[in-house]
Amino acid sequence: MLRFDAKGIYCEQAGLYIDPWQPVDKALITHAHADHARPGSKAYLCHHDSVAILKLRLGADIRVEGVGYGEVFTVNGVRISLHPAGHIIGSAQIRLEYKGEVWVVSGDYKLQADGVSVPFEPLRCHHFITESTFGLPVYKFPQPAAVHEAINTWWRDNAAAGINSVIIGYALGKAQRILAHLDPDAGPVYTHGAVDNIHTLLAAQGLVLPPARRVTPDMQKKDIQGAMIIAPPSAIGTSWMNRFAPFSLGICSGWMQLRGTRRRRSADRGFILSDHADWDQLNEAVKATGAEHVYVTHGYKPVYARWLREAYGLDAAEVETLYDSGQEDVVPGAAGPGDQDLNPEL
Amino acid sequence: MKAFTALFTAIEQTTKTNAKIEALVQYFATAPAPDVLWCIAILTGKTPKRTVKTAELKAWAAEQAGLPFWLFEESYHIVGDLAETITLCLPEPLATSNYSLTDTIQFLHNLAALSEADKKQQVTGRWSELQATERFVFNKLITGNFRMGVSRQLVIKALARFYDREENEIAHRLMGQWQPQETTLPALLSGAGTTDRSYQPYPFFLAYQLDMEPEMLGNIADWQVEDKFDGIRGQIIVRDGQLFVWSRGEELLTDKFPEFAPLAGLLPDGTVLDGEIIPWRDGQPLPFALMQTRISRKAITRKALQDAPLVMVCYDLLEEHGTDIRNKPLRERRHALAALLQQLPEPVPLILSPELFCTGWEEVRQARLGSRSRNCEGLMLKRKDSVYETGRRRGNWWKWKVDPFTIDGVLIYAQQGHGRRANLLTDYTFAVWDGDVLVPFTKAYSGLTDKELLEVDNWIKRHTLEKFGPVRSVQPVLVFELAFEGINLSSRHKSGVALRFPRITRWRRDKPASEANTKQDLLDLIAMGNL
Ligand SMILES: [Zn+2]
Ligand SMILES: [Zn+2]
Repeated sequence: MLRFDAKGIYCEQAGLYIDPWQPVDKALITHAHADHARPGSKAYLCHHDSVAILKLRLGADIRVEGVGYGEVFTVNGVRISLHPAGHIIGSAQIRLEYKGEVWVVSGDYKLQADGVSVPFEPLRCHHFITESTFGLPVYKFPQPAAVHEAINTWWRDNAAAGINSVIIGYALGKAQRILAHLDPDAGPVYTHGAVDNIHTLLAAQGLVLPPARRVTPDMQKKDIQGAMIIAPPSAIGTSWMNRFAPFSLGICSGWMQLRGTRRRRSADRGFILSDHADWDQLNEAVKATGAEHVYVTHGYKPVYARWLREAYGLDAAEVETLYDSGQEDVVPGAAGPGDQDLNPEL
Repeated sequence: MKAFTALFTAIEQTTKTNAKIEALVQYFATAPAPDVLWCIAILTGKTPKRTVKTAELKAWAAEQAGLPFWLFEESYHIVGDLAETITLCLPEPLATSNYSLTDTIQFLHNLAALSEADKKQQVTGRWSELQATERFVFNKLITGNFRMGVSRQLVIKALARFYDREENEIAHRLMGQWQPQETTLPALLSGAGTTDRSYQPYPFFLAYQLDMEPEMLGNIADWQVEDKFDGIRGQIIVRDGQLFVWSRGEELLTDKFPEFAPLAGLLPDGTVLDGEIIPWRDGQPLPFALMQTRISRKAITRKALQDAPLVMVCYDLLEEHGTDIRNKPLRERRHALAALLQQLPEPVPLILSPELFCTGWEEVRQARLGSRSRNCEGLMLKRKDSVYETGRRRGNWWKWKVDPFTIDGVLIYAQQGHGRRANLLTDYTFAVWDGDVLVPFTKAYSGLTDKELLEVDNWIKRHTLEKFGPVRSVQPVLVFELAFEGINLSSRHKSGVALRFPRITRWRRDKPASEANTKQDLLDLIAMGNL
């Protein structure tokens, strides 16, 4: 029912594309990260919570429609519905059913609950298109609660030593997750403009986040002390960031699992916090679908596909998508393909 | 191991020198003396001998992790570090344990005598009772390449601070081939039994590359100008009638250089010379390649002695008649050195490093440009009143190397990098034109910024012609400037040339592939009589 062509994942029967990387007539969007939601298509459809961000990113004048999780609509006989992917707010797996055959496009996903997005919902299907960003057995993420505790401890220690804490995470997804789990008593929290823009948007659609102040040019250095500042990766090494000196720099990303990437970023701390599935989660998710045919997209595609064939006897193959190449590809170690900086200049 | 692992973590979690020193001091203050001794040994590069083979470790780890071997190998390729790959692949530990660092070293030592099956049982047993970071440190020790992100200088600083000593004194105590299993912490640091450590070299004084116009150094008359020879920096020591030859890498090389053996009877007791060991004939140095061949041989044949007869070009005298004269000005040390060498009978394999007499900095510039034709790699500039310091310092000594060779090559193959560059195509092969054919002539790494690497990676993905396993051939479009220190004819390389230290210096966005250099350009460089 689905096939991969030069523009994206195509459903001929319904006449629409999923996460196309070139302009098309009708685009179904799994989530608002830049490698999945690209400009130029005539009409977009995504989850309600992604609509405003899509407009912010692709232009206020795009034609975009929102649907809720589990709402079924039919296009030329194809029953289509969106289901929680647990990746970021508004992220969805897309389920398509035609004449008894079920396909699921995962988009990006994780199984860990993050306290902000609606948790992943396992779906049964015949064909499953999965990401594999962290599809290697070396990626086994710690419990998020332990990571959040480590972030808070780091912050308190820094504050006690009279220095600020600058924490790096993508503006859409990671930043909300970090903010939601900060200890409200540890000190003041500030956000970079790019992060604040997203927060304002999300607040307008009803998401409740703890208070944080946007960093503005008129702020005095003496006002910001023992603070936690949430910023996107593009802020690293800029004069914007240097105003918080002395500060300790922490980076939140699944790539922080590897020492090499931690050291390379010359951050003081690397926190292993990812919005993608790790090795165990990927395997659990694939098994839970019951799918016999699995298509592996961005990440360690050939390796993970071979593993699925050999370990579980599945018909698994890697597919060339542009989710992991092109301008949206981010330095592995900064945050990795899939995580997006999301227009930090906004 | 818990305390040592905590030290490791503390050091890894900061980029600040002072915090690292504090962590070390804290460890010295709290760990038992044998552990401290081992810690010092490990941090200064005396890692315990390997007792387990890499292939064995890989097989055991894959088995314990329940992974097919190929998947373990793939993971290793991406991570780029075996100890880390094993640590991350293994399942959660089943138990906890509390071995000391010394226990662990002993454990590794004992493995040597065991059968493979017993080794496996022991090692996998340890794996299942060590928590993540401890497991990593253990794996680093077992694979024999433990590094902690602290320089030797930092260890010296921390020791000096904790024991309230001079840094130079500590540096001196840590020189040489002491073995943690043969000494104690007090003995090592007190220098008790100095007499039986009479083989100890002094810490070397190293120079930085000159990064300003030489005029900034002031009056030329205050400076001694010498050639910078390209050999093995070393110290020749004669004490108690015995000869020791040390390399700057602190390897004891006495046996490698039989030429120097007669010096034991010729140099006065209590003499330490600093200089460059280098093959020499007819009053000038021979190419460094000859030295490499000579050094890599296990047994030294008569032919090797004839092909590459070695001398030490002497730069400095550090000890005279048993007295440490490093605090005298260079002018005086040089005078004593010249006098010492003059009184030796001919022929001796010792040559006074010639001073280049220049009356102005412009002359120095000219001398530098001529370095390559003298088989030298540049100049040394030393303040005549400088004392002999320790370590790499700015100010009184400078090296002024000649600019490297450069050539513009076309990117034709790429593959994934290792370790920190895993997942990016950063391992490049370059070609030059031979007529209208591109012939690969070298690989080169590093030199590009992270941003450029990313951009090139992207470009490669979009302009791949073919994939052979991990290697991609790409459209021959991008041109890079490559720098290298030397070039030789080589039968082992397809292109017929071998470069020394090739690295990428620039992305030539301004040049089309057609304007890259040619094979003839490379051959011309060799013909110019360069190294
Ligand atoms: Zn993605
Ligand atoms: Zn995403």
